[in-house]
Amino acid sequence: MSVVKTVTVKAGQQHAFKVFTAGFATWWPSSHHIGKADMAEAIMEQRDGGRWYERGVDGSECDWGTVLVYDPPNRVVLSWHLNGEWAYDPDPAKASEVEIRFIADGPDVTRVELEHRHFERHGGDWEGVARGVDTENGWTGLLRGYADIAAA
Amino acid sequence: MRRAVFELVAAGPKAVGELARELPISRPAVSQHLKVLKEAGLVVDDAVGTRRVYRVDPSGVAALRAYLDVVWDRALAAYAAAVENTPEEPS
Repeated sequence: MSVVKTVTVKAGQQHAFKVFTAGFATWWPSSHHIGKADMAEAIMEQRDGGRWYERGVDGSECDWGTVLVYDPPNRVVLSWHLNGEWAYDPDPAKASEVEIRFIADGPDVTRVELEHRHFERHGGDWEGVARGVDTENGWTGLLRGYADIAAA
Repeated sequence: MRRAVFELVAAGPKAVGELARELPISRPAVSQHLKVLKEAGLVVDDAVGTRRVYRVDPSGVAALRAYLDVVWDRALAAYAAAVENTPEEPS
């Protein structure tokens, strides 16, 4: 099962790729995380086999998964290790994948295609999880943060 | 007819051929309905030998799908804004 999204940005392919990866923290809202401590920043390592993770304000780190493919400026594939309790789970059999493709539509236009697939592997009571996070302090509130950034 | 396909799968795991035998539609038509049901998060399939066997998705993963759909819409909107608000460095 997958979710597929496309967004077109007014920027060259190199820049679009760089903001997504190196600039991950500039658009990923700090309130949106799974670690116990408040999040200071979200980091995506720029290499095959790297980590993407959060660093808490107390210095603790919480993994989100692995950078399976780092292919600038074309493609990134991430594994997302999350279980039905909304926590990091190292078991690769339970991880979903997010593939992001950057396609030049012109010198200053890039089409970004995102596919989040295999999330049925996470298992668990997802209706329960979705209810649990549907609060002001959960993802619903955090999503409002996205909208605010996007509207700025 | 899609509902009939779903109800047969709900009665017990079945391969495409078994469903086609029990319904007045062709095997490709059954496959097409299964594809839609799978995308909707209602059924899952497993490879059993050379066959694909379909069963009802027990985990309510359709809820997660709907949720991620919203998450990524908004995340990508924020990303697009960031791309256009971040000065491009000369390479």
